[in-house]
Order: sequence, then C-alpha cells, then structure tokens
Amino acid sequence: MSAFISRGFAGHRRTPAEMASRLPPGQYAESGFPVLTAGPTPDVAADTWRFRIDGMVAQQQEWTWEEFAQLPFETVPCDIHCVTKWSKLGTSFGGVSLDALLPQAEPLADYAMVWSYGGYTTNLPIDDLAGGKAWVVTEHEGEPLPQQHGGPARLLVPHLYFWKSAKWVTGLRVMDHNEPGFWEMNGYHIRGDPWKEQRYWND
Amino acid sequence: MERLTPVEQRAPGRWQIGTVTAIKRETPRVKSFRIALPMWMEHLPGQHYDVRLTAPDGYVAQRSYSIASSPLDVGEIELTIDRLEDGEVSPYFHDILVEGDQIEVRGPFTSYFVWRGEHPVMLVGGGSGVVPLMAMLRHRRRTMPELPMRLLYSVRSAEDLIYADELGEDAVLTFTRDPPADWSGHRGRLDEELIAQSAGSLTSGIAFVCGTNGFVESATGLLLDSGFEPQRIRTERFGPTGQL
Repeated sequence: MSAFISRGFAGHRRTPAEMASRLPPGQYAESGFPVLTAGPTPDVAADTWRFRIDGMVAQQQEWTWEEFAQLPFETVPCDIHCVTKWSKLGTSFGGVSLDALLPQAEPLADYAMVWSYGGYTTNLPIDDLAGGKAWVVTEHEGEPLPQQHGGPARLLVPHLYFWKSAKWVTGLRVMDHNEPGFWEMNGYHIRGDPWKEQRYWND
Repeated sequence: MERLTPVEQRAPGRWQIGTVTAIKRETPRVKSFRIALPMWMEHLPGQHYDVRLTAPDGYVAQRSYSIASSPLDVGEIELTIDRLEDGEVSPYFHDILVEGDQIEVRGPFTSYFVWRGEHPVMLVGGGSGVVPLMAMLRHRRRTMPELPMRLLYSVRSAEDLIYADELGEDAVLTFTRDPPADWSGHRGRLDEELIAQSAGSLTSGIAFVCGTNGFVESATGLLLDSGFEPQRIRTERFGPTGQL
C-alpha cells in the first residue's frame, strides 16, 4: 500500500462492496468489452480453422472446426481482468476445456507456447492450462465469438491477465522451458497473475 | 505482427512521486501535463506511464496514459489527457490537479507500439489517439527531421484539435464534423483517397495507428488496401471508456 495520498482525491467510481472483492488490485469494473489488439484483425474462416497441439508430446494432434464441435462443450462463467486495468465481472464463454485436449496429445514437458493467426504468441506453464483452468472458446455469452474478440476461437485463461487468452488461437506447442511470448517479450510479466498484480517485467 | 528484439530489461516500474510543472489546455476536453520525475528514465516514443491515485482511506484507482513528449526532454514527461465524463482519473487531472501538485506514476512501459527510428513512417491518429504519435513526431523533428514521417490526424471539430500550434507540413488533417471557418483541406472520415494521398511512397514502411477500436479497424483496413504489409501495421486501441 502506498503511503502517498493524492491531494483532493476521494474516488467516486467505487465498485459496490459485494463486487469489490472480485476485483484484483488496481483494477476497475467495466461493463463493456473493450477491444485491444496489437495489429490488424485477422480474418479466419471456421472451415479453414485448425487447432493443433505439437512440440514435446507423445501424440501430435490437430482438430478441424467440425471435429472440434464433437468435443464436450462447457459453459464457463467467469470474471476477466485486462492488464490495462479494466475487469469484466460476471461474463461467460463457451468452449472446450484444455482437459479434453491435452490428454489426447500427452504432453511430455511443463511449458507451452500458444500461437494465433496473425502471429501472436503467449507462453503458459501446463499447470495454468490443465485442471479446469483453461478453454478454447467459440462462444461469448451464448453467441458465436465475434471476430474482433478472437472469433472463431480464442484461448480463455480467466485466472491470468487477459493477454494470455490469445485471440484467433490456432495452436499450442509443448516445450521443456518457459520462453516469453509476444507481450511477455515486450514488457508484460512472464506469468501475469492479476491477484499478485504481475503486470510488467519487474512486478 | 513483427517480432521485435526485446528492449534490455532495465528497471522501469518503480512507483515514484512526480511534480506537475506545467499544465496546458489543448482543447475544451484535453489538457497536457508536464511532470518532473525524480527517477526519470529515457523512454521510447509510443510508451506509456501508469498513474495511481490514492484516497485518504486507501482506495486506489490506476490508469495508463501515453507519453506525448520526446525522450530528449530529460527529467520530465508530458501526458496529454482527454477528460472522460464518467471517468475517475482523467477528471482528477482536469479538475483537481494544479501546478506544483504531486502525482504518483511509474513507467515507461511496453515496447511494441514504439518507434525506434524505422522509416518511412505513416502515423494515423483519431482524436486523442494522436498522443503517442505526437511523441514520435516530436522526437523525429528533433533528431532526424529529414526522415520521412507523416501524420494523418482525424478530428471531429476545429475546437477538438490537439497540438494545433505544432501541426506543420508533416501533418495532414481531416475534420469529420466542423472544420475551421476558412478550411480548404480535407473533410469527413478517412477514406481510400485520403490514405493514398497522404501515404504516397510511405507504403513500403511501417504504420502506427491509434484511436478508438472503430477508428483503428477502418484505418488499418484502408492501410492494408493501400499496400502496407499487415505485420508492419502496429495498433493501439481505446476501450469503450476511452481509456488507453
């Protein structure tokens, strides 16, 4: 906690107490769903979309859109937290748990680099992807995921800052070491736990 | 997106107490704040600082703001801030903060939407999206004025023009609503013709686009059509609240 007090600041945009406990430090509740993308929006058609798991695995796997639609579908109620300070509380996504995908590939190592159409990458330990913590989602609040939010499919890892939830996701490479992805190379934290306020490199 | 060499891991990020040395009104809604920093460090044009406001009871609000100044302004930074009606931090800057006040900040942060001297450069800004682009323009004017860089700046009305006294021949303006009375330049939203005209031979280079998501979507579409490579278009978008 800072000892510094900002002269004349009272703070009027306070979140109601019952919601405030769901806001990580330094975040504010946002009712919209802002779009933050580092480059042009990729145009990915569902019939050419693929999701692939490769790298240090026993069985490389790849799914088409149709094959993916056969996998068990879950609705995921969650709060999401963007490193740029907004959080969206009480939203939901729908898709396939990584627990239904990873075992088919049998990872032989502890880290993953997730990659997307358009060239975006982000790194995560397998521990942050397995055990009911991560999904490849194709719906937001019951509707097909809009293109600007990563449609047709994005990663969803709600317990980490939202840059880890890669839009237009197309693959996951299992690796034996933790290597920084796109934003992790460009200043954001290697893991990004919002409850520890791990925003930037030195946090 | 281009994969960039990461900047050396220096030591940004420590919270520090800056002092407001000057406040300039740019438009009825926008002011620029010069802030002197005890632990100033050189930034890259396009980077941002985080600001933290703390109330007496410990309540905290944080936001990020782009740096408008060149890193040649040693010891201080300039933040240009749009006042948002339903905001919490921007109204504090506008309504409460006066010269001599202290403000808690940390930075500079992130190294993607930054200009490192690549050229030619096309800058496309909508509204207060011009702020990080101004850091690039100002830095280029002071270091490499011969280097091809052009700003295409879309603004609603004459009274909304930020940095009005600094827009020279390297800037092309378009007014989407009310241009100045004697205006003979461009009107209306960005279109193919305006992009083609202002980009000229810059299409072989890099483009930086900043504004609302809608503005950025339409501008990047036009840039792609005019020949810019997708991996050489870097964007920064505001959320619906207008925060960077």
